[in-house]
Amino acid sequence: MTAGMEREPARYRGPRSVQRTTRIERRAELFVGLLFFATILATLGLIVSYVIGANTQVDGVLLAIALGGIGGGIVVWVQYLMHTPTMIEARHPMQPNPVAEMSPAQAAMREAESGFTRRHLLLGMLFASVGGLLTAIAVPLFSLGPLPNGRAWFTTAWKKGSRVVDVNGNVVHASQIPVNGIMTVFPEGAPGDAMAQTVLLNVGPGLLQLPADRASWAPQGFIAYSKLCTHAGCPVGLFRATEHDLMCPCHQSTFDVLDGAQVTFGPAPRPLPQLPIQLQPDGTFVALGDFPEPVGPAFWNQTLGGGA
Amino acid sequence: MTGPGPAPGDDRVHHVEGEPVPRDADAIEGDALPAPGGQLPVVGPVVRFLDNRTGLVTFGRTALEKVFPDHWTFLLGEIALFSFIVLLITGTYLTLFFRPDGTQTIYAGPYAPLDGTKMSAAFSSVLALSFSVEGGLLARQAHHWAALLFIAAIVTHLTRIFLTGAFRRPRELNWIIGFTLLLLALGEGITGYSLPDDLLSGTGLRIIYSITMAIPFLGPWVASLLFGGLFPTTQIISRLFIVHVLLLPGVLIGLISVHLLFVWIQKHTQYKVPGATEHNVIGLSLWPGQAFRSIGAFLLTAAVIALLGGLFEINPVWIYGPYVPYAAAVPAQPDYYVGWLEGLVRMAPNWQLTLFGITILPEPFIPGLVVPGVLFTVLWVWPFIEAFITGDHREHNLLDWPWEAPWRAATGAAFATIFLVLLLEGANDVLAAWLLIPVEDLTQFFRIMVFVGPVVAWIVTYRLARARLEHGTKPIEPLGGIALRRNATGGFEEVHDRAAVDAALGGGGRK
Repeated sequence: MTAGMEREPARYRGPRSVQRTTRIERRAELFVGLLFFATILATLGLIVSYVIGANTQVDGVLLAIALGGIGGGIVVWVQYLMHTPTMIEARHPMQPNPVAEMSPAQAAMREAESGFTRRHLLLGMLFASVGGLLTAIAVPLFSLGPLPNGRAWFTTAWKKGSRVVDVNGNVVHASQIPVNGIMTVFPEGAPGDAMAQTVLLNVGPGLLQLPADRASWAPQGFIAYSKLCTHAGCPVGLFRATEHDLMCPCHQSTFDVLDGAQVTFGPAPRPLPQLPIQLQPDGTFVALGDFPEPVGPAFWNQTLGGGA
Repeated sequence: MTGPGPAPGDDRVHHVEGEPVPRDADAIEGDALPAPGGQLPVVGPVVRFLDNRTGLVTFGRTALEKVFPDHWTFLLGEIALFSFIVLLITGTYLTLFFRPDGTQTIYAGPYAPLDGTKMSAAFSSVLALSFSVEGGLLARQAHHWAALLFIAAIVTHLTRIFLTGAFRRPRELNWIIGFTLLLLALGEGITGYSLPDDLLSGTGLRIIYSITMAIPFLGPWVASLLFGGLFPTTQIISRLFIVHVLLLPGVLIGLISVHLLFVWIQKHTQYKVPGATEHNVIGLSLWPGQAFRSIGAFLLTAAVIALLGGLFEINPVWIYGPYVPYAAAVPAQPDYYVGWLEGLVRMAPNWQLTLFGITILPEPFIPGLVVPGVLFTVLWVWPFIEAFITGDHREHNLLDWPWEAPWRAATGAAFATIFLVLLLEGANDVLAAWLLIPVEDLTQFFRIMVFVGPVVAWIVTYRLARARLEHGTKPIEPLGGIALRRNATGGFEEVHDRAAVDAALGGGGRK
């Protein structure tokens, strides 16, 4: 290979054997030996540590010593004990030189190729068939999951008359939520449900400024909003009682609890949907229906107002 | 170059021309040049055995003589490669114990605080491999630290390539491959981070699902197919798993191979050191200098990762708890390499486009996909953008110092500033608590800084680079008066040697 011939050492100190061992080299030899010895001790330690079941910290330090001993030893060895000459190698432009004439073999190959390239119709059909094959292979990807169908993206498990329960499925009583209290609630039968998660807050009477048509949705200052952030779907769990704000921990979208969860800060594009609830004489709550609009983050072709 | 010849007393049989070829093939050592590594115990005989059957040593010798320039910044890419190898090793160990299973179970293991808690089998297996498998927690933490180091090394490596103009012809393709490797590494990071199915990563998946849903026209369908239905799904963990341990690593290994092959074919760039030209490579040969150094550097990298994994807790998922859709960890912080994306999503205004009741551009689409897409595309095809602007289509093998291309350095600084501001905004809740500033004010500040910061960074960097360039190229003014040097007795003596004066003044006239 010609490439090898172009490499030459820039300076070459002669064969190793004619050089004397210097003091630095003797020190380096000792140091390398110590490092390798540390590795041997550390590997023994690792085995002992496995047998007696020592902790992660001990294992980590021993493993670091074992790896670092060999690694450091090799680096010191090559830096101080091996005389690696600086070499110079020629390089050539990546652009190939134009070839003046085609060789007979190349001409024959070119000829054979043309038997392929000039049959345009066949070529077109070949591409079409390969495309068809790829499409046919890709179609089963639709087995990956159910396509969004029906009302699944627009409705939750809340129904008219759903009793309000906590995450363990226990019926929630008004006395459990003091003024400025907050609780995550679900419809009875679906505790822990991702879409139906709701925050039930008690802001006390007389503070709410809801639109007139929702006046009856929040009895005695108890008000319920979807807990799914309308931005990216995180649970809106931070209630700042003095400001009466609900805040999303993910991207700090902030909703005014008193004002129908209007967005006061952050990237959420719309208020949290409000759940109409009724306080029963026994102190429990029931829903007057599902959320009036889709819960959670916006998606393509999300029809606000629940559609028809 | 050709190493020492046969040692005295070597009883190898030499084939003499004209004589019949002996049938005992192993006895033939031929008259080939000594093989690299031929002096080493064990290695020597093995190399001879292989060479006599494959002729590989002839090829190998040429390869091992290959010259690589030496500079500490060339180590950054190597560290990325070494971290990747550590990731493969630790990751393989983890797959022996991890169960990619989203089925809900009740925990009954040694970690008392979660006893009786409902969690996925995946989360439960992470607890088991962390608490009950010897070396399991070490492997898991080392894997996580290695991932952080992997991406940090790639980013600093790309920064070095960018600032020194190493991406210029003929290496544009390798820049694109390298940048693609960064994207794949980010994909590995996000998928791997999500596997334990803990509260923090589950919330991250919820955000990814929401951003996917926001894609115009296709969103709901794509999200539903990728995740297997309406969030949360039980399939997502096993799907992420196969992407994380097979698909992405496969592509990574393939592209890393091509990346290194290109470095090999095109030969490494070099700095403008004495003697270096566009037409040569000055450095150490691969064998033994570079090879041993790289092996040593690999082991040292692995040692650092082992130390981090052993001593510094990372991603303690048992503290976050298993994922439930109605709770979120506070403060919620992703790994740093996603932080800039998180910042982008946090600072975006809440605009979305709705026409006739149809949500055309849902809010998370632009900050979550369009802006990152634009930023990355510009960087991805940067070699072609720069060549188009400068009109420089020549081959470059000598590296620029960063200040030699002030315009490029300034642009790099502007990009870095954008990502830095976004990264800080991604931690706005933590910063706000630390600085005692309302998080809203901090976000408003970063919203301004993400536009002002890059402009300021561009101007400042450009000016600094110009100043450095002009200072560096200006011939040193002849000094008036006389030059003095302090001598050993404390007195002064006059210096007549001009060159010595220049050297004493810091070598201002070097370039």
